[in-house]
Amino acid sequence: MSNNLDITAIRNDFPILDEIVNGKQLVYFDNAATTQKPKIVLDAISGYYEHYNANIHRGIHQLAEKATAAFEDSRKRLQQFLNAPSFEEIIFTYGTTDGINLVAQTYGRKFLKEGDEVIISAMEHHSNIVPWQMLCEEKGCILKVIPINDDGELLMDEYEALLTERTKFVSVVHVSNSLGTINPVKEIIRKAHEVGAKVLLDGAQASSHLSIDVQDLDCDFYSLSLHKIYGPTGMGILFGKKELLNAMPPYRGGGEMIKEVTFEKTTYNELPYKFEAGTPNIADVIAAKYALDYVDTLGKPNIAAYENSLLEYATQAVKEIEGLKIIGKAKEKVSVLSFVIDGIHHQDIGVLLDQQGIAVRTGHHCTQPLMRRFNITGTSRASFAVYNTTAEIDRLIQGLHKVKKMLG
Amino acid sequence: MTINETQDELISDFELFDDWESKYEYIIDLGKQFPPLQEQFKTEENIIKGCQSKVWLNAYMDGDLLKFEADSDAIIVRGLVSMLVKVLSGHTPEEIASADLYFMEKIGLHQHLAQTRSNGLLSMLKQMKAYGFAYQGRTVNSEN
Repeated sequence: MSNNLDITAIRNDFPILDEIVNGKQLVYFDNAATTQKPKIVLDAISGYYEHYNANIHRGIHQLAEKATAAFEDSRKRLQQFLNAPSFEEIIFTYGTTDGINLVAQTYGRKFLKEGDEVIISAMEHHSNIVPWQMLCEEKGCILKVIPINDDGELLMDEYEALLTERTKFVSVVHVSNSLGTINPVKEIIRKAHEVGAKVLLDGAQASSHLSIDVQDLDCDFYSLSLHKIYGPTGMGILFGKKELLNAMPPYRGGGEMIKEVTFEKTTYNELPYKFEAGTPNIADVIAAKYALDYVDTLGKPNIAAYENSLLEYATQAVKEIEGLKIIGKAKEKVSVLSFVIDGIHHQDIGVLLDQQGIAVRTGHHCTQPLMRRFNITGTSRASFAVYNTTAEIDRLIQGLHKVKKMLG
Repeated sequence: MTINETQDELISDFELFDDWESKYEYIIDLGKQFPPLQEQFKTEENIIKGCQSKVWLNAYMDGDLLKFEADSDAIIVRGLVSMLVKVLSGHTPEEIASADLYFMEKIGLHQHLAQTRSNGLLSMLKQMKAYGFAYQGRTVNSEN
């Protein structure tokens, strides 16, 4: 398999890959849930706690200054990662879900009213369904859903038919976590803007595989999690266009997000701090920069090309498993292979692969409506990252043969 | 046989297996042999929802004994369910409510009880004990 990356060297950067699980060397194929972390990220986290742990933005002592500088450096690094025009448009969150809730609860509550329509798609994660349902219930808005075809691609004609002057918001997933489908988001955004609707992209899956340019996309909001890009858990970012963020009310109240507090009235801090109440997740924010640097050192196009070759290899290889059906056959997809096997429950597949040291995700992947669309209760999902190998895919295939033998 | 005698019997059954394959093949066999729950009892009321697999549990008094029937849509869970039913079904509600279940841990299957969201087994066990508490002091002569 040709690629520009030294996969053996890359694997050495991830200490966890040496773990022995149920007596076998770990094969980690649950990267769409969370990726593993390179040593450089782990060192950044412990380095912060060992050498400059301090609360940021207010302390005048040296540790606080160093921590603040590293924290804000990370923000600038994330700004660059998304090609956002300003660092003020990068809001630190707990993750993708938190960012979506922030937009629904602030922009949504302020600007949407009864009878307005919100469009999502049939392949959304629950985290891009429920916040909008909650909003619609509260405000009397109507939730509309873009349907998909049997390959797991959005029906763009149907999307256009849904767009009217009542459409005020479109919130869709950039890349599907269950299917791997890469959605034509640029077109989705352009069409939404034609009717004056704002657009949020759920970038949880996309950000580890694709280069994201929020200016080129012209999206209004972009929410993502760092733990899916080789970074730490518990942190993400929300990009929002400055004029929108400025027009939105604060989300949570507390320290950091205020300018001045009296018992009569509080004035709020400027962007981005207006949306960052309380002590943030300092260590993980700082470590996120190192994850992005790591990705950049390898080169996102190199990573994408290699992951695509793994997907191609796996897609061919699973054909030898009788009764296996791939769910999600979009022409444009990332390295996610979701499948069902005739007559075998996905949980049984997961349990027996785990016994062989192979970690896949089984279940509905928090996309129950999507599973209903395919008339299944769940799938088994192998998702590949840059440290995976074709030899590991071979082990998955052997593992599946064993599953079939045991359950046959 | 008492609850603990059945547990000990299961533990010694599993001592025969020295690798994971034979252990899981045995559980799969138990799942296959376990009589399916009649469709009429696969109700919303009897369902114990796990994140991934469904478990149904039906309980009834037979004389002064509390009996269970159960099912699952995943075969390994079905095998594990059959063991829980084997251990607890047909004892008095008092015995069931106060039972100390140690066999899963001894067999090395405790991870299946920890994953409440993935298979509903722990919820099922809690539900069985809850029936034990609820039926204490009751005697019913006809089934269901």
